[in-house]
Amino acid sequence: MGELVCQQVGKVWGIDTAEQVSTLEDISFSVQSGEFVVIIGPSGCGKSTLLSMLAGLESPTSGMLLHNGQPITGPNPDRSLIFQQPSLLPWLSLIDNVAFGLTLKGMSKKERYRRAENFLSQVGLRSFAKKYPHQLSGGMQQRACIARALCLGADIILMDEPFAALDVQTRYNMQKFLLDIWEGSGKTVVFVTHHIDEAVYLADRVIILSARPGRILDSVPINMPRPRDVISPEFEQHRTMFVEYLRSEVTKAFAEQELAEMLDTRIK
Amino acid sequence: MVESNPKTLETNRLTEPTPNPPVRPKRRSSNPSWIKTALINIGWWILSIGLFLGIWEVMTLLGWVNTLILPPPHQFLGEIANQDQFLMPQIGVERTGANFVALTAIVATLKRVLTGLLLGFIAALIFGCLAAYFKIFGKLTLPVITLLAPIAPVAWIPLAILAFGIGDRAAIFVVFIGIFFILTLGTINSINKVDQVYINTARVLGATRSQVMRHIIIPAIIPDLFVILRMNLFGAWMAVLAAEMVGVNTGLGAIVMVGRQMFNAKLMFLGMAIIGVVGYLLDVAFAQIQKRVLWWKSNAQI
Repeated sequence: MGELVCQQVGKVWGIDTAEQVSTLEDISFSVQSGEFVVIIGPSGCGKSTLLSMLAGLESPTSGMLLHNGQPITGPNPDRSLIFQQPSLLPWLSLIDNVAFGLTLKGMSKKERYRRAENFLSQVGLRSFAKKYPHQLSGGMQQRACIARALCLGADIILMDEPFAALDVQTRYNMQKFLLDIWEGSGKTVVFVTHHIDEAVYLADRVIILSARPGRILDSVPINMPRPRDVISPEFEQHRTMFVEYLRSEVTKAFAEQELAEMLDTRIK
Repeated sequence: MVESNPKTLETNRLTEPTPNPPVRPKRRSSNPSWIKTALINIGWWILSIGLFLGIWEVMTLLGWVNTLILPPPHQFLGEIANQDQFLMPQIGVERTGANFVALTAIVATLKRVLTGLLLGFIAALIFGCLAAYFKIFGKLTLPVITLLAPIAPVAWIPLAILAFGIGDRAAIFVVFIGIFFILTLGTINSINKVDQVYINTARVLGATRSQVMRHIIIPAIIPDLFVILRMNLFGAWMAVLAAEMVGVNTGLGAIVMVGRQMFNAKLMFLGMAIIGVVGYLLDVAFAQIQKRVLWWKSNAQI
């Protein structure tokens, strides 16, 4: 199953150079199997770096990352990372993109198409199997990326601001879609965002990071039934709490502007 | 995981999205407006060429030009009927039947250009990938290639003739060398530019280093390489003609040269006309191949 543990993880960029920058310090948390955890923090706090390390694309300069008790030493198809920017391969058709991980495994074409078609229908893109990425909208492309991750049977899905490049309406639909896919699947999701509303809407638990160097400020469980009512007092309570956290944290020049951006989802 | 409980997820199916379902863009619409545009274009072509040839002919009629040096188009184009002259040993093309002797010169030249380009393309792709994959190999060879690249293909002709004698191999070598260095540098440069997100995507999905090379790097750089190849097409075309003129005594270049040696300006101009038309058609053919092979790129990117 998909259990993740971070033990006193730290990351320093440009180590052993004059300009070394500490991005993350003393990050410790664990994610249970099947849990939906959202990591939120001001930009530059190292939340994407943290996700890259969980994916195995980067290694920490201190501390340890564990996946089901095993140290993470490199990428593994069991932990799939979904990027913010469109990452479908433009020269492959949608079905070949979804089946790409299976191609790498050397699975036969017939078998991998059979599986990929199954996941394409789950994300509602079955009739687009023969299309190419540039013929699809941003939301469809991100859905295909999710299908690609599921197709390999990943039990942990890491998402790096996957909906940040989408317009507000699509973003809202994608959030609902993601919850539909996740609920009852038993998958573990670690989702990075800088949108407070998105965090409150999606998460079982929200981990708040401080400005650089990123440290964990708090870990807040959100015990609201889904689907969540975004104009309920409870939702507002959580939102206010996160705004306060981040307001006190973001002290740099564009602080207020950034805070405004973080709130700029569907409500405002 | 999902495989084990497909039921649960199946109930969560999204409805197929309806807004603007993308349609694979048709290469040509059935709209008659493109026919009109094409006809107008062709009209301008005919007008432009007609004017050029017409002025030339009129000047000849008025006796303003020496027809021994500058024969009018109807005369030198008529030379094509005089097939026997293409059989002179200096041109050395094969007798293929009544009216296709000139054609064998075209085929000989095209064969050299295309073989050279193909070999150069493959070799540069392999060499560039090796240089990017094995860093030490790259560091050892890159400075040399950078220095050899600016040597014009024409400058290699003497060496080619010394090494390979007069014949196909010398001409192919000149084309090959003209494309190889520049395309190798292009390959390495393009590899360094490949979007990191594609590489990371493959790594996250479990790709090994060589799988990244095969499934990500090579498809990603092919469009760039085609652009470089096409830009250097005329260079290769010129190099092979020059080689045919100075040493490899067959092909289109040889026709022009024999024309000069025999003081037959009509043959010279006929050769030049064929070179122009065939060179143009070669470029058109490459543009078409580029469109078809790289259809997933939008036209603007090509």
